[in-house]
Amino acid sequence: MNESLLTAPCCRQCRHTPSTPCSDLIECIDHGPVCHDDDGCRDERARRLARARRGGDGMVLFVGAGTCGRANGALTVIAKMEAYLQHRGLDVPIVETGCVGYCQREVFVDLVTADGVRLSYCDLGPDTVDEFLEAVFGRRELHNRFLLGRYDDPDGLYGDVPPLAETPFFARQTKVVLANCGVVDPASLDAALAAGGFRAAATALVTMTPEEVCDELIASGLRGRGGAGFPTGRKWKVALEQPRPQKYLICNADEGDPGAFMDRAVLESDPFRVVEGMVVAAYAIGATKGYVYCRAEYPLAVERLREAIRQCRAAGLLGRNILGSLTDFDITIKMGAGAFVCGEETAILASIEGGRGMPRPRPPYPAVSGLHGCPTVLNNVETLANVPAVVNGGAEWFAGLGCGDAAGTKVFALSGRIRNTGLVEVPVGIPLREVVYGIGGGAPAGHHIKAVQIGGPSGGCIPDELLDVPTDYGTLQELGAMMGSGGMVVMDERSCMVDVAKFFMEFIRNESCGKCTPCREGTTRMLEILTEFTERPVGDDLRRLERFRGILHLEELAETVKETSLCGLGQSAANPVLSTLRFFRDEYEAHIMESVCPAGACQGLRMYDIDPEVCTGCTLCAKNCPSGAIIGKRKFAHAIIVDRCTGCGACADACPKQAVLAVA
Amino acid sequence: MSITINGREIEATAGETVLQVARRAGIEIPHLCSLDWAPSPSASCRLCVVEVEGAPRLQTSCTLEARDGLSVQTHTPRVLKARRAILELLVASHPQDCLSCARGGDCELAGLASDLGVRRRRYVGAVKHHPADISSPALWRDPDKCVLCGRCVTMCHDVQGIGAIDFVGRGFKTRVAPGFSLGLNVSDCVFCGQCARVCPTGAIVERDQVDDVVAALADPDITVVAQVAPAVPATLLEGHSKSEGVRTMLERLAASLKRVGFDAVFDTGFAADLTIMEEGSELLDRIVHGGVLPMFTSCSPAWVHYVETHRPELIPHLSTCKSPQQMAGALIKEIYPAYAGVDRDKLVVVSIMPCTAKKFEAQDLTGVDYVLTTRELEHLWGRFGVDFAHATEQTPLDPPFSEASGAGRLFAGSGGVMEAALRTAHKLVAGKELAGDPKITEARGLDGVRRFTVSAGEAELGLAVVNGLGRVRDTIDELLNADPPVHFVEVMSCPGGCVGGGGQPYDTDAAAIKERLQRLYEVDRRSRTRRSHENSEVQSLYEDLLGRPLGEVSHRLLHRTYTDRRRGDVAAV
Repeated sequence: MNESLLTAPCCRQCRHTPSTPCSDLIECIDHGPVCHDDDGCRDERARRLARARRGGDGMVLFVGAGTCGRANGALTVIAKMEAYLQHRGLDVPIVETGCVGYCQREVFVDLVTADGVRLSYCDLGPDTVDEFLEAVFGRRELHNRFLLGRYDDPDGLYGDVPPLAETPFFARQTKVVLANCGVVDPASLDAALAAGGFRAAATALVTMTPEEVCDELIASGLRGRGGAGFPTGRKWKVALEQPRPQKYLICNADEGDPGAFMDRAVLESDPFRVVEGMVVAAYAIGATKGYVYCRAEYPLAVERLREAIRQCRAAGLLGRNILGSLTDFDITIKMGAGAFVCGEETAILASIEGGRGMPRPRPPYPAVSGLHGCPTVLNNVETLANVPAVVNGGAEWFAGLGCGDAAGTKVFALSGRIRNTGLVEVPVGIPLREVVYGIGGGAPAGHHIKAVQIGGPSGGCIPDELLDVPTDYGTLQELGAMMGSGGMVVMDERSCMVDVAKFFMEFIRNESCGKCTPCREGTTRMLEILTEFTERPVGDDLRRLERFRGILHLEELAETVKETSLCGLGQSAANPVLSTLRFFRDEYEAHIMESVCPAGACQGLRMYDIDPEVCTGCTLCAKNCPSGAIIGKRKFAHAIIVDRCTGCGACADACPKQAVLAVA
Repeated sequence: MSITINGREIEATAGETVLQVARRAGIEIPHLCSLDWAPSPSASCRLCVVEVEGAPRLQTSCTLEARDGLSVQTHTPRVLKARRAILELLVASHPQDCLSCARGGDCELAGLASDLGVRRRRYVGAVKHHPADISSPALWRDPDKCVLCGRCVTMCHDVQGIGAIDFVGRGFKTRVAPGFSLGLNVSDCVFCGQCARVCPTGAIVERDQVDDVVAALADPDITVVAQVAPAVPATLLEGHSKSEGVRTMLERLAASLKRVGFDAVFDTGFAADLTIMEEGSELLDRIVHGGVLPMFTSCSPAWVHYVETHRPELIPHLSTCKSPQQMAGALIKEIYPAYAGVDRDKLVVVSIMPCTAKKFEAQDLTGVDYVLTTRELEHLWGRFGVDFAHATEQTPLDPPFSEASGAGRLFAGSGGVMEAALRTAHKLVAGKELAGDPKITEARGLDGVRRFTVSAGEAELGLAVVNGLGRVRDTIDELLNADPPVHFVEVMSCPGGCVGGGGQPYDTDAAAIKERLQRLYEVDRRSRTRRSHENSEVQSLYEDLLGRPLGEVSHRLLHRTYTDRRRGDVAAV
């Protein structure tokens, strides 16, 4: 059933139905009806569009209910709102949206006022929603402490409210991919259509040849946003030129990097943009079947995408003869079972084919021989979400968005020790410092940033003093990091860089598919060496010697793993080690030579001492010590047996007199 | 086209990999995962990396296809360093119990460690620890020794089409295991042993029965006799002078076996001839009396086990004939005690086979006590200090099972049973011998499926030869419903037939299999008798004991029944 009013016929003269699609469908939404001239129909269509754009008649509430919003209690907020509105007898629809990007300040609630201006409120939660509702609907105070900014206000009704786009977090961003995220109802095709959706699909399918679409993409300079950064248009062209009749398109939504969540946000907040990008891509390469390979850990993304696909099918935007063209295309969602390596393109192919998700050597590249041996294009979610913008805005506009040679925008996920966590979209090539300090707000008060980890387990750490470099593919690679999918984890002086390297190495060790020797065995050995560094040397001389030999082994292993691994996962597995060794060698040396963790983060190197002057002999420390390392008689000062102490700090936490002190 | 390897220009054909070209030119590039039979390279071991002119990264030569102008260096310092580093990683997690390993002295990993100069264990850390699996009657697994090259998985999945084992787990915990990590005995394994044949280490080996045989030989009260499968002498000829034939090798083998204490040595080829008499008659009987057709051969125990476990509904199609090993075993136990004046209860029959599935068959049926693979034969020589390569002594094989026709010897290769059967069937149907050279070209070769028809008298016989279990899955249903109908199907489980069996030497590659087949064709061509029914020992056996094919005694001794062994819910086991 097609519940989309914008794609429904306006009268009997309208010939369009989902099964007999019309090439003017999209044109009709904006300027319809095209095929007949009727003022009534024109008014009706305009009315439908205005309503879809606004979200409803009268007042409307939008609640940011992506995963980040829900984690902050968005569903409770909605329930409380519903109860309140019912109690007050108010008929105000509540629309769930995705994430506007400012995750730090979720839950976001937007209010479309009766005069049609959309105000944005944030920092809401289950505890504060009542206060908000009472302020807005009780006291009619639209200006309250939750108000952050406003959207378009053509009549200047709310001149004293800052436009949201000019507030510090958003001011330096350029929203292309995220334009609709957190703004438009992700569960409504009409909302997507009203916000400009499927204009690119109509342009491409109705007015361009597949070659022209590929050429447009090549000219735009769009590069894969999933990590490797291969030029998207060139990949498409290779697939287009393959003579095989059956071709596939796969959207890679197996986002697994720790600290990366842009694909999730896009799928949750604007799934129709991804579907549209896929329709254009499928047309450009001649694919009739598409898959979205999405990790099962993203249930909300899968749910919203599934709904989007269903609505697109019902409206004839997926299926046979899309928009009256000869293009047939449909999408199947395939859920990954939680293997990180299944983000690697050949592993995805194996997984979709029903095999074990293990990479295979390339060539042949998937664009030549991919799924079931057929030409297959794999693009990341963000890449595909860029496609409509490229077609709509044109290659020249898109290329001009970036800084310098780089084209377009990139979404980064800011997390870690930073004031503003969230998703930010900036021109590719913008200096890193601009992102971290300008948008992210720098380190929390009283701390200073030490490094930024970019690119997840395949990336590297860039120290604070180098943050002025541009965020483009080449520069980041030179610094031993990589654009990756765009995860940015910010670290301050409390983070230990050896510990960070260990964290990522452990991640890779656990997630290696086990196929090729260097990755499977090499990451195990590197992790063992790093673990050795972060623990106090105990035991025999051999083990102590290993600590010193370890640094030599580590560098050699890193080289071997990098040079000889089968897939990108292994080839980049050593990057966290290599980049921290490069910029923070002194920290490694402190761990190895002096058995000291300068940041105090490595538990295994922490040591505690009890001040006998302060200790009252209450025995609490001894009772809480998990390793029996504390001795002492009741009412007498206690002492720590260093060899038994694991450095967990339970004694320090338990001591009521602060007599347990960390040393070194 | 030509490529340059280490400065030498070498001819190459399109589709060839650098690894293959180099090997042809006598440049050995170390590798653990590459396999002749793999449909596509797995490129998992990474040992075969080479430097390619103009490429920044090292590349694996097993995936690098020859192209004009390609120039590679195979043994530069950079390459050697990378290879050694990789091998050191493999060694680091290996249990290194080489002294007590089944592959001791014959291990590819140890050989490479020696070649690449790995002289110490560089990394101190975790080693693998997984439980061993000795549940199978044919194949034992020790995952700790596994280097995860994936050859066994390739053989099991891609070549044999069984899929009994696969990679399990991630990262350092990755291992190869049957479904649900249960024992091989309850898996889909059909015991073909191709996994063991290609394993570079001792991670999958045949269940070793050398000790049992040695114990029997040591017991003075026990009479130990051996039967030798036709594939074994054809294999042992490798590296010997071209003039030496299968028959001479068989007699040398007999002499050495007697030296270590065997009381008699028989030719399983004799039982192959007998199988033809029975199976050919059974086929005619089925055709004439409207029995279940097509009839499948039952010589290959892994194929029989495949039918019993995977497709039990096909059991009525299987010939009821025992395999030659079991026919020989049954007859030895029936006749030999009286013939040689020994106690039947004190008679031990050892068969020497190219096959691991025969070990299962020996446990399932009663004719044979122990099965030694071609590889275990080496260990037997080692136990008794026999320098077989230089042993020149020859002894004729022992009556009453000393003789095999050329047709019987062909059993060791794919299409051999078919060819032998047709030679005899022609006589049975048409009443006269095939004119001229009885060679049947259509049955020969290494193609996966070979279909043809022959006219015998009025009848047109539809025939098919399936080479390797890998082709069974996609062919068998088509053969069942073929029009015009197929009457007789030969299935050999292993690539090339028994000469490529799971118990064959580790260095068996596609070229070796071809050579062995040639030796079989050669011994057939030079045989005095080339048809099973001409075997004089077979003729007298029918006169003295069996009466006629498919007779009552035949049924008791030479035929068998089958069991539906379909796996239930394995997870519930």
